[in-house]
Amino acid sequence: MNLSTIAEPTLGTASSPPKRSFVRLLRNVVRYRALLLMLLPTTVVFFINCYIPMFGVFIAFKNINYIDGILGSPWTGLDNFRFLFATSDAWRVTVNTIAYNAAFICSGLVLSVAVAIAVNEVRAKLASRFYQTVMIMPNFLSMVVVSYIVYAFLHPEYGFLVKYVLPLFGHSSVNAYMHAEAWPYILWLTKMWHSVGIGSVIYLAAITGISEELYEAAVVDGAGKLQQIVRITIPLLAPVMVILTILNLGGIFRSDFGLFYHVTLDSGALRSTTDVIDTYVYRGLIQLNDLGMSSAANFYQSVVGFFLVIGANALARRIDRDTALF
Amino acid sequence: MKPSTAAKPYQRMPLAANLLLHVGFALISLACILPIVLIVAISLSNEKLLTLKGYKFWPDELDLSAYTYLFTNSTTLVKAYGVSLTVTCIGTVLAVLLIALYAYPLYRKDFPFKKLFNLYLLITMLFSGGLVPFYLLYINYLNLRDSLIALILPGLSNAFYIFITRTFFSQTVPEEMVESGKLDGASEWRIFFQLVLPISLPVLATIGLFTTLLYWNDWFNSLLFINDTDKFSLQYVMIQMIRQAEFFKNQLAGTGVALMVREAVPTESLRMAMVVVSIGPILFVYPFFQKYFTKGLTIGAIKG
Repeated sequence: MNLSTIAEPTLGTASSPPKRSFVRLLRNVVRYRALLLMLLPTTVVFFINCYIPMFGVFIAFKNINYIDGILGSPWTGLDNFRFLFATSDAWRVTVNTIAYNAAFICSGLVLSVAVAIAVNEVRAKLASRFYQTVMIMPNFLSMVVVSYIVYAFLHPEYGFLVKYVLPLFGHSSVNAYMHAEAWPYILWLTKMWHSVGIGSVIYLAAITGISEELYEAAVVDGAGKLQQIVRITIPLLAPVMVILTILNLGGIFRSDFGLFYHVTLDSGALRSTTDVIDTYVYRGLIQLNDLGMSSAANFYQSVVGFFLVIGANALARRIDRDTALF
Repeated sequence: MKPSTAAKPYQRMPLAANLLLHVGFALISLACILPIVLIVAISLSNEKLLTLKGYKFWPDELDLSAYTYLFTNSTTLVKAYGVSLTVTCIGTVLAVLLIALYAYPLYRKDFPFKKLFNLYLLITMLFSGGLVPFYLLYINYLNLRDSLIALILPGLSNAFYIFITRTFFSQTVPEEMVESGKLDGASEWRIFFQLVLPISLPVLATIGLFTTLLYWNDWFNSLLFINDTDKFSLQYVMIQMIRQAEFFKNQLAGTGVALMVREAVPTESLRMAMVVVSIGPILFVYPFFQKYFTKGLTIGAIKG
């Protein structure tokens, strides 16, 4: 995606006398009232879904009780945070979240680019389309369905792996849902299966945008296939890779909730290696009804996420002004 | 996407390398398809043989009883299908309409508030208030527990699709057309509905497919907001089924009750049949749209 088009530069800085600009504003509002009306419904929806919750993060500093309501509940300062960070949970979920996301970002990048380059080399149109169709397919399955698929392989009694593959290595009757140490690999594999195909679409689009003349010139200069890839394709993909990676880094504190919640079947025995901030917040909120703890973790996630996005953007700006989002 | 089909010099590859490429992709394709095949195979298997021989890629004995049971005895399934269909249809239509309505003014170069409303979207892509305030807002202030609105409203705010649609507009809708519409005295609404939308059908189809999938595959909002069994969506029923079975097994493992309960809870093939029924529409529809949306994504995402 060309992110510079998403990001329009900052607001205009017209500094005409205040009164005249106000009149102009009013005139514009009247003149473009139809367009403004078109924007209205979605503006309201975004306000409800995104903006109100953004301001709502401050409930982390309150002791919410349902009698006083959310706004009327007493302020408690940092109590909620003291509880959160007194447990080992905060550390564990932070490490898990970052480690998984870092692994997903790195390997996702490498595999998606590799697949895109390879698909681009397939000359037969029909085959190429077939491969793409099939590779994108997993992404269209919901994480609930994916959890059934993983379950079909790992079912403690009937699972295909458990019943037919592991016995070949001398293991019998393994309940994977009790073995926390295996899950980093299982989740990594699941995530890659689910996302590499769709991830490669953007890179493939970028590759098809590269001018053919470059390759023709390279051939004249005697470059082989490998050299074309290393010297032309990859360098020209670099801006897209950089910006997508930076964007992903900005989101490193948020994880794919479905992956960690459904695929593990929310099994308590797996918490040490599969609990991430999102599942922690969810469990605190819905299952344990511990609003203080979950709102503190929620605040922690949102605020660190905020600074990560700002930082990632600054980094992008430093590398290439055009790729920065704002 | 390259114009001619004849291999140009730079495209040529040694036969062996080409072969290797195809073998590699064949393997990857298998890896993508086989897990789904396993689910289908289990759903078509005989229950007794399943418990004896475990899950296999090829059923020893074709048995459709899971499906006949599902379609004749299961009111849960019928209700859940109804909920999922309702939410998906209403949600998709609303989402596509709202996305197009928001994208159009952003595409108009003469619109003076373009940057402001761009920024308004961009902020939502980058920053999030997180789950807790969102949940409390929906439950305590909007009173949306057990309401289908709680399943539809969250899907209506997708900034990314709006940006894709806007980019599409600027690629495919000539500005002169809008101008001439205005000169002819057509209102903004008429220009939008009668000139812009008809020539943007490919965009709308692409976005429509994406939002359909989004709503059809959504379980998260059910998980948060729905308690009433009559309003369980298909995805949510599936969550319940996989959890229940595991719960009973863990609770009662080793006790005499286990066997009895195991008969009572949804059986192995039945559960997988449910999964197949839920992904059926997607797998069926998707290949037809694939060409559309790869092209759609390409134009919308790259050409800026």
